[in-house]
Amino acid sequence: MRAGNTRARLIAAAVLAALALGTAACAEDTGGDPGTETGAGGMKTGLKIAFLPKQVNNPYFTTSDNGGKAAVEEFKGVYSETGPSEASPSAQVSYINTLSQQNTDVIVVSANDKDAICGALNEARTAGAKVVTFDSDTNPSCRDLFINQATAEGIAQNQVKLISEAVGPDGGEIAILSATANATNQNAWIELMKAELAKPEYAKLKLVDTVYGDDQDQKSFTETQALLAKHPDLKGIISPTTVGVAAAARYLSGSTYKGKVQLTGLGTPNQMRAFIKDGTVKAFALWNPADLGYLAAYAGGALSSGLITGKEGDKFTAGKLGEFTVGKDATVLLGDPYTFNASNIDQFDF
Amino acid sequence: MAERVAPVRRVLGSWDVIVLLAVVVVAVVGAFTVDGVASPRFWRFVALEALPIALIALPMTLVVITGEIDLSVASVLGLTCTVMGQLWVSGVTSLPLLIALCLLLGAVLGAVNGLFVTGFGLPSLAVTIGTLALYRGLAYVVLGDRAVANYPREWTTAAIAPIPGTTIPWMILVLAALAVVFAVVLHATPVGRALYAMGNNAEAARFAGVNVRLTKFWLFVATGAMSALAGVFWTLRFASARADNGSGLELAVVAAVLLGGVSIFGGRGALLGVLAAVALLGVLRNTLQLAYVPANTLTVITGALLIASVVGPNVAGMLRERLRRRRSTAPTATPTT
Repeated sequence: MRAGNTRARLIAAAVLAALALGTAACAEDTGGDPGTETGAGGMKTGLKIAFLPKQVNNPYFTTSDNGGKAAVEEFKGVYSETGPSEASPSAQVSYINTLSQQNTDVIVVSANDKDAICGALNEARTAGAKVVTFDSDTNPSCRDLFINQATAEGIAQNQVKLISEAVGPDGGEIAILSATANATNQNAWIELMKAELAKPEYAKLKLVDTVYGDDQDQKSFTETQALLAKHPDLKGIISPTTVGVAAAARYLSGSTYKGKVQLTGLGTPNQMRAFIKDGTVKAFALWNPADLGYLAAYAGGALSSGLITGKEGDKFTAGKLGEFTVGKDATVLLGDPYTFNASNIDQFDF
Repeated sequence: MAERVAPVRRVLGSWDVIVLLAVVVVAVVGAFTVDGVASPRFWRFVALEALPIALIALPMTLVVITGEIDLSVASVLGLTCTVMGQLWVSGVTSLPLLIALCLLLGAVLGAVNGLFVTGFGLPSLAVTIGTLALYRGLAYVVLGDRAVANYPREWTTAAIAPIPGTTIPWMILVLAALAVVFAVVLHATPVGRALYAMGNNAEAARFAGVNVRLTKFWLFVATGAMSALAGVFWTLRFASARADNGSGLELAVVAAVLLGGVSIFGGRGALLGVLAAVALLGVLRNTLQLAYVPANTLTVITGALLIASVVGPNVAGMLRERLRRRRSTAPTATPTT
């Protein structure tokens, strides 16, 4: 009677052992120290560069990390991507710890929390890794460089320019569909857009209203509807939020306003593709995440090769993107937002 | 045959020992095949990661043994973190006072669970799924999407400081002391025996003079307080109090308890097995990460291991039952009721 019991337990033990052995067998040797030889532009070859996104299986990060991979291959480094399947800071910490134990030369990370991963990052830096943040920064004391996708000024200028081009030379009334009323970044952009609209070249554009969709699809949809009812002469809407711009586009494309009221904003190509194709939206913006990852990889490579230290004024070359200069607070700016339109939208998938 | 396997059974006699052996096997195999597993830093990281899970798993083991469950633990942790952050921002600058207030809060949140379960006789699964959402919601009410991170550096470094001369965080000693307390209560006192009795048959336990309601109530209070303690550790370790701290941690805790051999139906299990399971999950995860196994595969492996841990004992039980029937004299073995 007890024999079966013991047998089952032995089987269980054997299964666990087999599991352990099987998983250990998955281990691959990616070792090898970075070579002392230097490649193009003084960059060391063989650098181990790991991308740690906010979460894996996220199309945005897949795009940016693939940009990083292309860069790492250009300067003959060893690329890897690792990360948690859920966007939580504590899960990221565990992966940072792993990377520092793997003697990774450069950790390129998008932080889920600006402070929670600090300790782990500093521990990795003590172990010799260089830390580059992109997309979402940490506390500046925990990283060597932050690759900033766009400045508030750049976004504001871009959005006003896009709506002006879409509305045409006659100008007219425009409105803003924002996220929440107290979103810091949104409000900063709105203020800067107002300053931009005050310039003489935009004299014919008149901002008549700002409404808030709270980054909820339904609310953004009905706010768009209300906006058009309230302002019959409205010529354009700027929605600098991915949720808002997609909801507004959906409303416009199904209404009689399609093609008459122009829309632009910050959106992702996958959300906006249909509305670009059906003519509801002529152009919208965001940064190019592939370029962001590409630049982050080059910045990390330059740091790890000793070409730059991350202090203000340091210059480095990032392959096809050209030369960049480190700005204040060890920040590198990718550049102006990237404009997506019918001619380029099919090159992106995120 | 039974005579021959008897000595083997004495060694491999319990699930606890099997899980413990599995930890050793994974660690040894890992040390020889994966770069970094043999390093002291590896064990430091494993310990830091396992600590909050282990802290909550201690009372959870007792709760599950009585046939109940508490799924609100991670939300209690999250709410405690945000309240701790808010208190710190509003000027409570004494760490002992902060810890005391947090533990009190955890105990109260646990008492609410206990009250619903024992006072109103509601199923703990339903009650704690409710408070899982409720407490997490309250955490967002307290801090919204803000994070409080400006704690004194001495606190945050003290929380993860190693035992002098080692890399192992000193908090392990706190865990060990608490583990001894819980183990003594569970395995060496009448209260512990009552817990098993309640899990096997609450009605019978009541007739035997056990105050089932009161005992269960205090177990929920203990789970709340221990989750709060884990919350304090969490806040200091990550130097960040956020409403989403510890999201999903309840699953890691329940997973460890079940893999540790505690029956989800109550009445069976031991603390040693649970702590071994916490270690096993931690070591396995970190080893696989070091071996460049991607997150998706890792999730699949952990899931499979859990299914095995729940199905395993049941399959073993069925095999045992079948063997018993084959050996009993078949003609007279007809059911009587």
